[in-house]
Formats: sequence, C-alpha cells, structure tokens
Amino acid sequence: MEDVTNAIVLILNFLFVPGLTYGCQLALGALGVTLVYGILRYSNFAHGETMSFGAMVCILVVWWLQSLGISIAPLPTVLLALPIGILATVLFCLLTDRLVYRFYRQQKSQPVILLIASIGVMFLMNGLIRFVIGPDDRRVGDGARFIINAREFRQMTGLSEGLAIKTSQGITVIVTVLLVAALFWFLNRTRAGKSMRAYSDNEDLALLSGINPERVVMITWILTGILATIAGTLYGLDKSYKPFTYLQLLLPIFAAAIVGGLGNPLGAIAGGFVIAFSEVSITFAYRKFIAYLVPESWAPDGLLQLLSTDYKFAVSFVILVLVLLIRPTGIFRGQST
Amino acid sequence: MIGVNRNLIMFGLMALMLSAVGFGQSWSLALAIVNLCLISAIMALGVNIQWGYAGLFNVGVMGFAALGGVAGVLVSSQPVPGAWAVGGAGILAAGGVALVTIFAVWLVTRVHFPFRGVVIGIVILAGFLAARAVFDPAVEAIEGYQSARYGYLGGLGLPILFSWFVGGALAAGAAWIVGKISLGLRSDYLAIATLGISEIIVAMLKNEDWLARGVKNVTGLPRPVPYEVDLQQAVWFQDLAQSLGTSSVDLSSIVVKLSYAALFAVVLLAVLWLSETALRSPWGRMMRAIRDNEVAAGAMGKDVTKRHLQVFILGSAVIGMAGAMLTTLDGQFTPSSYQPLRFTFVIWVMVIVGGSGNNWGAVLGGFLIWFLWVEAEPIGLWLMDTLTSGMAIENPLRLHLIKSAAHMRLMTMGLVLLLVLRFAPQGLIPEQKR
Repeated sequence: MEDVTNAIVLILNFLFVPGLTYGCQLALGALGVTLVYGILRYSNFAHGETMSFGAMVCILVVWWLQSLGISIAPLPTVLLALPIGILATVLFCLLTDRLVYRFYRQQKSQPVILLIASIGVMFLMNGLIRFVIGPDDRRVGDGARFIINAREFRQMTGLSEGLAIKTSQGITVIVTVLLVAALFWFLNRTRAGKSMRAYSDNEDLALLSGINPERVVMITWILTGILATIAGTLYGLDKSYKPFTYLQLLLPIFAAAIVGGLGNPLGAIAGGFVIAFSEVSITFAYRKFIAYLVPESWAPDGLLQLLSTDYKFAVSFVILVLVLLIRPTGIFRGQST
Repeated sequence: MIGVNRNLIMFGLMALMLSAVGFGQSWSLALAIVNLCLISAIMALGVNIQWGYAGLFNVGVMGFAALGGVAGVLVSSQPVPGAWAVGGAGILAAGGVALVTIFAVWLVTRVHFPFRGVVIGIVILAGFLAARAVFDPAVEAIEGYQSARYGYLGGLGLPILFSWFVGGALAAGAAWIVGKISLGLRSDYLAIATLGISEIIVAMLKNEDWLARGVKNVTGLPRPVPYEVDLQQAVWFQDLAQSLGTSSVDLSSIVVKLSYAALFAVVLLAVLWLSETALRSPWGRMMRAIRDNEVAAGAMGKDVTKRHLQVFILGSAVIGMAGAMLTTLDGQFTPSSYQPLRFTFVIWVMVIVGGSGNNWGAVLGGFLIWFLWVEAEPIGLWLMDTLTSGMAIENPLRLHLIKSAAHMRLMTMGLVLLLVLRFAPQGLIPEQKR
C-alpha cells in the first residue's frame, strides 16, 4: 500500500505540480493571444515579447526596491513590482497600437498584414529588451523558496518519496485563479466586458448598437498588457528570466489558443492545460513510477520515457496538428474565419 | 522605362555600399558579405515564391534552411564504416518499422468501422514502441563509436555540390508533409504549423547525434573550391600575387571567396531566371489569379489547395538549397546556429522590404537587409560612442549603452520592417502590373 502512495506522490511531485504550474502560465499567455485575436482579428506574434517586456520591467523594479531595502519576505518582492510592470506594459501596448496597428485597422488591411506588423513589433521589442537588460539569465524570485520541501514532507508522512511545492508554483496557481476569475467577471458582468464580447461575436452588429470600436480595442490592449505581464513574470519566477525563452514560448501558447479555439477565452485556458499536461506527461520518465507498482524483479531497465524533453515542442505541435485535422475550430469552437 | 532605371540605380547603390566596405574595411570582408548576401537573396526568392506568388505565410524558413544544411553533411562527409557496422542495421530496421507503421495506419484509414480513432492510436503507439526498441540500442552503439571523432554514421562521401540538390529535395519533402496538413486551412494556421515544424527540425538536428553529431557539429566538410594553403604554395599563384602587388595570403583569401561568389551567383541567376519565366507563363498568371481571389479562381476550375501545395514545395526547395549552400560556404554544420530571428524573420524582412511579388525586389532586399544586419553592429557602436562622447569614460550608462550596441540590429530590423510596411507597403521594387 505504501508503494502505491509513494507512486502517487511521485506523480504529484514530478508531473502534476509542474504541469499545473506550466498550464497556468500557458493559459494566461494564450488568453492574451486569444483576446487580441477575438477583437483585432490577427495572430499577435509579438505576444511572447510583450510577456518578456512586462517581466523585464518587474525585474528592474525589484532591483530598485531591493536597493531601498524593501521586501515582503517570505513572499517574493516581484509581487510588489507587478502593478508598475503592468502599467508600463499596458502603456507600451497602447503606444504600439496607436503607432502601428491602428493604421492598418483603419485601412481594413488583411489580417496577415497585421501579423507581419506584429513581427516588426516583435523585433523591435526583442532588441529593446536585450538593449535594456541584456541577454543574460536573471533570477526573479527571492524570499522563501519552498512552501513544503521534500525533506519536511518525508518526515511528516514517513514516505520515501517527497513532495515539494515551490513558492513560485503556489503563487502561480493562486494568482492565475484570481486573475481568471476577475477576467471572466469582467467579460460576463460588466458593460465594457459585454461590449467586448459583442464586438468579438459580430462587429457590424456591435457598431450598430453604438459600441465604440476604439474603446473596445483600448480595453483589449489593457487586458492583454495585464495578462502578458503576469504570465511573463510568473514564468520568469518559476523558471528564470531569459529574454530568448519567450520567443520559444510562442509555439505552445499559440498551440494552446488554437487547440482551445482562437478567440474563445474559456478555450484558451483549457488549451493551456491540455498542452502543458501533455508536454509534461509525454516527456516524463516513468521508470520509478512503474518500479513502485510492480514486484521488484519486474522493474524496468530503461527510463520509460516516450520522448526526451528536448522534443517538448513536438508534443505541442502534434496536438495542434491533431486538432487541426479533426476539429479545425478547436475544442471550444472559436472563430473560424 | 523609368522603373527599370530606378531599379538599376538601386542595385548600383547597393554595389556602391559593398565597395565602400571593400575600400574602407577590407575586400575580403566585402566579399564575405557578398557571399552571404547571395545566399540570403536565394532564400528570399524562395520565400517570395510562396508569399509573393501565392500569399502563403511560411514562418518555418529556419527549419527548411537547416534541412538543406544537414544535406551538406549527409552528402559530403566520409562514411564511417565502423558506425555502420555497429548500428547501421538497427537504424535501417527502425526506419523499416516506421514505414510499416505508416502503411498500417494508411490501411486502417481506408476502411470505416467504429472506434477507428482508437485503433489508429494503438497502431501508432505500437509502431512507435517497436521502432524505439530497435532504434535506441543502435543509436547508443553508433554514438559510442569513437565519439570524439565520429559518433555518427557519416555521409556518402560525394562532392558537396550534390548536397545543394539533396538539400532542396529534403526541404521539399518536409514541405509536402506540412503543406498536406495545414494548407487549405486559414493562413494563421499555416504560420503556426510552419513555426512548429521548424522548431522540431532544429531540435532533431541538435539531438540526433547519430545523424550529424548534433551540437558537437560536423566540421571540415570538403570544399567545391581550392584551399587557401594550396593556392599560396603554387608557384604561378605567388607570381600572380607579386605582379598584382599584394601578398599571396590576401590574394588567396580573395580568390577563394570569389570562387564561392561565382558558384552562388550561378545558382541565384538560374533560380531568378526560372522564377521570372514561371511568373510570366500561364502558370504564373494562374497563381496570381488564385492569390488575388481564391474563390473566383476556384470557380474557374483551378484546384486552389493543390496549387498552394505545389508552390509551397517549390519555395521550400529553394530555401533548402540555399541552406545547403550556407553549409558549403561555412565548411561545417552547426545546428545551434539556427535561430528563428536570424533564419526566419530576417528573411521575411528581406522579402517585405524588397517588394513582395517581385523577384528582383527579393534579391535587392536580400542584399540590402543582410548588409544592414552585418553593418548595424559597427554603426550602432559608432552611434553609441558618438552620443555618449560627452560622458566620462567609466560612466555606467555609457558602458551599458556601448555593451548593448550589439542588439541594435534587432531594433533596426523591426524599425525598417515597420516603416516599409507603413509608408511603402509595395517595397523598394513593387510588383509589376501585368
């Protein structure tokens, strides 16, 4: 019996907790992509860099706060920095919209032209971020590292497997739940949120009902800035902050948004968890798990890993392809045109 | 005629800028830039075939270029018989199992019965596990075989020029698979799918050491042109250098680069001529009709998805060929050098800036943007140095700005792309109205 418990704890520790955290980060990223798609109707390739930008501002503010000796230990200081990071990112988003995207919107350009413009913005932000903070690896978190660490857990339960929950993982899940709840409250209960959904569903009808499109677009960018900053900072807090990783996050984020149905916020969240858990569980080495469950002599020799972690992109890609082949509008029927 | 003159002036200016590097810095450097400009121009032509002719948005340029690059290794490096002896059979067997699995899946999809999806899943999983069972020990054996020097199967030992065609063919094969899946869906989906496949291709090349040594790189690939050392030792060459009044070391480097440039220029001109001819032919007219109005072209009986697949494969083959040429020029294959910004998005900037839909524009864009990409760093450094010249030498801001000047090139690219897209969306050489 104890072996079964050990096996479960092992799965919780190495598969469920990391998967849940990564899923939260992807879900927040995908929500940003899906909102921009729903309202502005193009795939925003600069979203990864927007996340990176927000995280960068937060790190700079953390350095400033640390130099003043301010901290909220055991929680990481970066939580204090978030409001300023969000503000800066929202302003940056609104500025790029004003200078770049608005022109094409008024011209009623094809979505692909906006996509190319977003590649230009991506380059610009990428250069700007490296210019300001440099391409090096930065640690974001300070304060207590663990909520429960593996040794304490082992002592508490007497099991041989430990369950460690990092502070960053706990924060990620709590912040995501709060943020998503607030977002859905906003979209479903407030006038501004309803006008956004109306605009996303049927632009002409929304315009006829007197909804101001520029206002809807502004709200969208504000929400995107908030989501991107928090997603980027949480990812940096959990792993570490490296400017180039955010470009690589584009693929799983878009996969999550498309799998859930582009333009559908609920789908983006579901998509984020589908992608995250598939990535983690397919690249997980099951040897120890099986060894707990079968008699000793049956214990396998190999790692029992379906794919090495170097191929985690392949997992998002395969899921994306499967969804495109079987149900091109995504699990939750997003916009298909 | 005014348009032609304008284009000539722009190409002339480009030549002037390159010769400025030649006079100002060194001719060897100028020729090195020219060689990469030529390769970039061919990649840009490939992207232009997809985007300019058919409006297909391919964000996987990096992957196709890398596939072309690995062809350089597979064709030209010497085979490693020892590695083949220990693991060759296993790799081939795993390939066989994979083919059998694909055939089995194809068979299952032919017939209709309940729970077909589950059966397909089981067949794929079983095939995957069976292939891994023979593949893993073979890989271990190959990678263990003299791993400091070999640790891979080696290539065919053929002249590296063959790899240009093989690289094109490999890229075309990958394009066929991606195209089959994602063409016919929305343009955004093609973008994401190609982004994904390019990341996977590069991840494979980095990790499958048995194929091309992964991140341990394959160096010292044979050259299609003479080596500098051989030239320097030849008596006639020393005489030539003396009569030209330079050292034989400088001259040999220039001659080698010129020979590469000549080879690349032949390919560039051939691809350009073929593209222009295709664009003028009935086929080109059909492609433009499809691009400008898919519904109308479909109604006229054109098979839009099939044409898209065709043009996607053609463009990718050109990109793959350019990738193989890059490996040839470097004399080595380094998978970790394939970065999406450098290999995908910069190529896109070339096409947009040059003028989408115009082959000459793509060539000009290839030259101009590569030149900017290389020269943005020294210019940025100079700019920062001048701007901060009033500050003290150890001023932290000044030091930071000068250290970060290298990242100016990314910002320059973004700015150029945004400005051209906004104020001259047709590009430098607009598409001709026919």
